[in-house]
This record gives sequence, C-alpha cells and structure tokens, in this order.
Amino acid sequence: MIIKQLSVFLENRPGTLVEALGILKEGGVNIVALSLADTNEFGLLRVIVDKPEEAKAAMKARGFTSILNDVLMVHLLDQVGYLEKLVDTVSKAGINVEYMYAAPARKEGADLVMKTSDLEGATRVIKEAFPEAVDWLD
Amino acid sequence: MIWNEAKECMSRDELHELQSKRLVKLVDRVYHNVEYYRKKMQKLGIEPEDIRTVEDVQKLPFTTYEDLNAAYPYGLCAAPLSQIVRVHASSGTTGKSKVATYTRRDIDIWSECVTRALTMAGLTRDDIIQVGYGYGLFTGGLGAHYGAENLGAMVIPMSTGNTKKLITMMIDCQVTAIACTPSYLLHVAEALEAENLVDQVKLKCAICGAEPWTDNMRKQIEERLHIKAYDIYGLTEIMGPGVACDCDYHKGLHIYEDHFLPEIIDPETLKPRKPGEDGELVITTLTKEGMPLIRYRTRDLTSIETEKCECGRTMARIQRFKGRSDDMLVIRGVNVFPSQVEHALLSVAGTTPNYFITVDRVDNNDTFEVAIEVEERFFSDEIRALESLRDRVASAIQQAVGIKARVKLVEPNTLEHSQGKTKHVEDRRKLV
Repeated sequence: MIIKQLSVFLENRPGTLVEALGILKEGGVNIVALSLADTNEFGLLRVIVDKPEEAKAAMKARGFTSILNDVLMVHLLDQVGYLEKLVDTVSKAGINVEYMYAAPARKEGADLVMKTSDLEGATRVIKEAFPEAVDWLD
Repeated sequence: MIWNEAKECMSRDELHELQSKRLVKLVDRVYHNVEYYRKKMQKLGIEPEDIRTVEDVQKLPFTTYEDLNAAYPYGLCAAPLSQIVRVHASSGTTGKSKVATYTRRDIDIWSECVTRALTMAGLTRDDIIQVGYGYGLFTGGLGAHYGAENLGAMVIPMSTGNTKKLITMMIDCQVTAIACTPSYLLHVAEALEAENLVDQVKLKCAICGAEPWTDNMRKQIEERLHIKAYDIYGLTEIMGPGVACDCDYHKGLHIYEDHFLPEIIDPETLKPRKPGEDGELVITTLTKEGMPLIRYRTRDLTSIETEKCECGRTMARIQRFKGRSDDMLVIRGVNVFPSQVEHALLSVAGTTPNYFITVDRVDNNDTFEVAIEVEERFFSDEIRALESLRDRVASAIQQAVGIKARVKLVEPNTLEHSQGKTKHVEDRRKLV
C-alpha cells in the first residue's frame, strides 16, 4: 500500500542525526522503518513513522527541512528469490525503482519500502502478481 | 627605462596645460555626441563652455556603473559604431555585463600605456613575454598582448587554464617575463618548485594585476622565483590593464595622467579629498573616443601622491588599494558581485533562498563557496534531485559570474544572521 514517508535534510556533520532523532523521541513518534542516505556533503534521513503529520510539524518547529512523500510499502515473504521476482515484475512494467530499503516485519519476513517512478502502477502490478505482498498492512 | 619620456616626465605645469586642453575637447565631444551625457550636463545646468581648465572637472557629473547599465550597450559611445573596432566586457552587478567600446586610436593608446608599464618593469624588444591572462572579453589577455607587441617583444599568448603547458613553454622558449594574476603566479611557482624546475627558468620579471595583492605576496613571488614583480592596474570601463603601473621604487602605481585624470573623493559626500588623503578613485578618460567616461567612480579606495618619483617620472602615484566602496569581490581575477549570485539563485529556485558566500585563499588559490539553505519547496526525498539542484545552482552561478563556485546545501537557519540584517559574504583573505 502507499503510505507517507518523512524525509529530513541533514548536514553531514556529527550531531545532526541525533538531534533529528531526539525530535521524534520528544514527540512520542515511533519509527517503523529507517534509511539514512549520505553524500559527500549532506545526508537524507527517510523514516516511516506511526504519526507522520506530527513528526513533520515537530521537525519544522525545530528548524529542520522535511517533507512528507508517498512511498510503497510491501511485505516480503521469507523465501529465496522473492524480492528478485517482485522487482523484476516492477521493472518489466517499465517502472523505475528510485530507492528502497527494508525493515523488520511485524510478523515473519520483512517489510520493504519502495519509491518508484510510478507508485500507482507499481502497486497495481505487485497486487496482481503478489496479492499477499501489498495487502499486508491494509 | 622610460618609454615615453616626453609624456611620463613632463612637468606638472605642462601636464596641467595638456590635461586642461584635453578635458575641454573631451567635454565638447561627449556633449555633442552622447545624448546621455548631454542630458546629465543639462540637468546640472552645465554647458561645454563652462569647462576651461582641469579644476573645472569638479563641475561635471559623476558616472557610475548604474549609468553603464542604463546606457547598455552603446548608449555612452561617442564615436559612430563603424569606427568601433573592439568590444570588451566585465561583470556587472546584475545579469548585464559592463561593455566597453574601442576605436582604433583607443587600442593604440591602450597599447602605448601597456608598453610604458612593461618598459617600467625593465622590458625591451629583446624580451620574450608570456601572457597568462585570459584572452577574450576580459581585457587582461589582449591588453597585455597588444602592449607587448607594441614594445616589439616576442609574445606567447598562453591564456589561462594549462599550468603544465605554461611551464613547459616558459622553460623551452626561454621566457623572460610573464603577465598574469599574482595568485596564479604563486601557483606556478609552487608547481615549478614541486618539479625542481625553478633553476631552469629564465624569467626576470612579472607584471601582475587584475586582483588586489599584498607586499608579502610580492616578496614571496620575488624570492621564490628570483625575479622582480610589478603591479599593474586597470579596469575595463576605463580601458583595461595599463591605467597605472608601479616602477622599481614601488612607491605607488604611476597613473598615466596624460590619458587618465584621477581624483580622490569622499564616497559618502562625493566632495574632493586633498592629495594624500584616502578616498574613492575617480577617473576621467581624457583621450578615449569609443566610450569616454567623465568622472567614473571606480569604487576602489586609495590615495594619490603627486610628488616627483625617484624614477624620474612626474606622473602621480596611486597608493596601495585599501578596499572597495561597494561589495564587489575579486575572485581569481574576476569581478564578482553578490547580487549576481543572488540573481542566479533566483533563476533556479524561483525566489532567493538564504545564501552565504565564503571567499578564502588556500595555497594561493582563491576558493569561492556558495552555501544555500535547503527549503521545503525545493527539498526532495531523492538524492538525485538534490544533487541536480546543487548542479543547476552551480552552473547558473558560473554563467552569471564566469567562474565556478562550490555549491553546498545546508540546513535552514545555519547561516549567519546579524541583527535582523542577513550577512551574505565573508572574505577570509587577508589582502589589505
């Protein structure tokens, strides 16, 4: 299903990540999945949280630049080749994967956060081929 | 050695007479040929007949770069365009360049001025001169080139950008003099030292300009390369390099007063300052035909000495520059206005984000960094989009100012805000 991800801009220096995490903690925001991308100069924190709107407001109040954007969250079965098959299905539909990261699932297996060039389209083709993957959190 | 002793050593009385004669002619010429100046003079109630001697220059209106902007590109031309043989340009405060036009005679006079400067540095037709200024719209390359050819010397039009090749040719062609920016020459010195090549160089002097430099830099250049270094001054609007140059005594830069009438004013009140007092340098081009300028405010802060120099020249000497009366920065010899950076940011981001320019000198090279605060409206969850934003900003800045900036994305509210007024520039170079 398509859910909201909180993306936060961080400068690449000690202390910025802990400050951002501190803001989430103070707001009582729980992190479901997390990815930290870095370049030479800056970092990009992407999190799936239980209260995205509140988290975004808290970031803004503390002077952090952040946005909420749509990503696709799917459930992966704990099987060899499952992820490969899923990504292959998406790419055969002509949809590009921008980035993805995994999180421990609430039950067995793993949850996967995906940003694709066409979220609706990716949802549709995954739903068709892997009905169990998309409905997991619905 | 003195190239044109009759002019460079003329008595102050003779000079006064020559300047007065030339000023009268100049004012008559611009009044009748340049509508922009005619209107300016009429507004002040001045007729050409009111100008009889050099002292009357104070009755005339100033010219600023805002005037150049308003009259862009040919509005200040005093000669028909068919007589213009060359155009040069330098950075303006906004998107537009400051354009200068030259007639054949303007080029000849410019060449003569540069030749005087080269002769002042001890060069003759027997020398081999490497020009390490950029060739193109920038006046440095072609200005130095024409002056060196006029001297009869051999000229190697090196331009900028390839230090290895410059060094190879410097050694192989037995170059005896180089014209380039002082910071670049120090960079060349480092490269020579790194390869243990200093002893193979036949260089005896350098004519450096296009950026402010210090006595300490001169000392470093002279000691490391075993040469003499001279300072040359100029600006595109007035002509280019060769408006003034310093002699062996290094007691200031001799300004060629038979062609350029200098004044020092208080930049606030615009009232004249006495000889020796600090203020803004104002220049009237006495002999220019293409784009003569009356009382052009250079924004360079200095003072002027008129006593005769030990070298024998009577031409007044501009003292060490003490800064600018505007916010222009000279980075790697290129004029940069913060407003240009602002315009570039505006063109990419829609409105100007908070930004901060840091200029420094690391290993004798100017660094130019522009930090911009990442706002929500151009933030993205994709690295690619952020890097593309950074690259678009960098290329917009390069297009606007002509040199590359290192663009850095920073968190909001991290840039300096001082008492409500945001500070946008820090120049960490110690040049004054």
